[in-house]
Amino acid sequence: MSQITNEALILACSAIGAGLAMIAGIGPGVGQGYAAGQAAAAVGRNPGAQGDIRATMLMGQAVAETTGLYGLVIAFILLFANPLLGKL
Amino acid sequence: MGSGLGILAAREPDFQIHGLLKFELFGQELWLTTTHISVLIVCVALITFAIVVKAKLKDTEGEPGSLQNIAEMAVEALDNMVCGNMGSKGLSFRNYIGTLFFFILISNLSGLVGLRPPTADYGVTFTLGIFTFILIQFNNVRYNKGRAFTDLFQPIPLLFPINLIGELAVPFSLSIRLFGNVLSGTVIMGLLYGLLNQFALAWPAVLHVYFDIFSGCIQTYVFCMLTMVFITDKIPD
Repeated sequence: MSQITNEALILACSAIGAGLAMIAGIGPGVGQGYAAGQAAAAVGRNPGAQGDIRATMLMGQAVAETTGLYGLVIAFILLFANPLLGKL
Repeated sequence: MGSGLGILAAREPDFQIHGLLKFELFGQELWLTTTHISVLIVCVALITFAIVVKAKLKDTEGEPGSLQNIAEMAVEALDNMVCGNMGSKGLSFRNYIGTLFFFILISNLSGLVGLRPPTADYGVTFTLGIFTFILIQFNNVRYNKGRAFTDLFQPIPLLFPINLIGELAVPFSLSIRLFGNVLSGTVIMGLLYGLLNQFALAWPAVLHVYFDIFSGCIQTYVFCMLTMVFITDKIPD
């Protein structure tokens, strides 16, 4: 059986960690979908305010996306700029 | 990339920042990167546009041309956006919001012409976030005088640490939102062009429309909007 080097172990665990970090994508998915659903309901009730509703919805969705992006940034850091390799 | 990807792996995916020139300053090793070049190109484009429009505005003979119309429309739309959100106090923030808006917009759209968008570098977006943070706190002190930081102790003084963290997190959340959005677009397009090199014919244009134009414009709008909201928050009626 070949020996697993320290570096290989860190890289493998970082890849798993990056995958786990992207679980954060669930939250924004639910949040954005809820915002879009509510916006659709609002347009159904008041079709005249479609422009305002769309602007508010996009704004809210962009803010709700932030938590997912934190996860994405951590995944990118683990994959492309791994700080743990320097600790060897 | 190894050989595991088979025939599809035409070349290395290219979405990283590249160093172009290394130099030393005060014993620090510094790099001139592709981001600097992109920022420079964006700034030169904006300054050139500004100079050309300025020259057109001075020329009062005859009818105004289309360039002048476009510039006036853009400025008017921006003024309406700022004044609509910040009320009468917004007039003095038009310059900052306008500069921010056009810089981020052109930066995000620069992916279309093959540049690596400058906003896909955390150094650029965090700088913008820091500017906004300084502006928020400056206006906090300017308009609230002695009561500037009392809202950190609301509703009860026990919540001070949480309020402080919430206040300090503003530049980070602003900049990471912009950075993450633009970077994810850049990475996906880089992977697409790298891994599907021979098959990336014409149809990636659809993805460019989404990642560069749609996402870029939305994030520009959101950054400016949040800047306005945070500043208005600090100004008492």
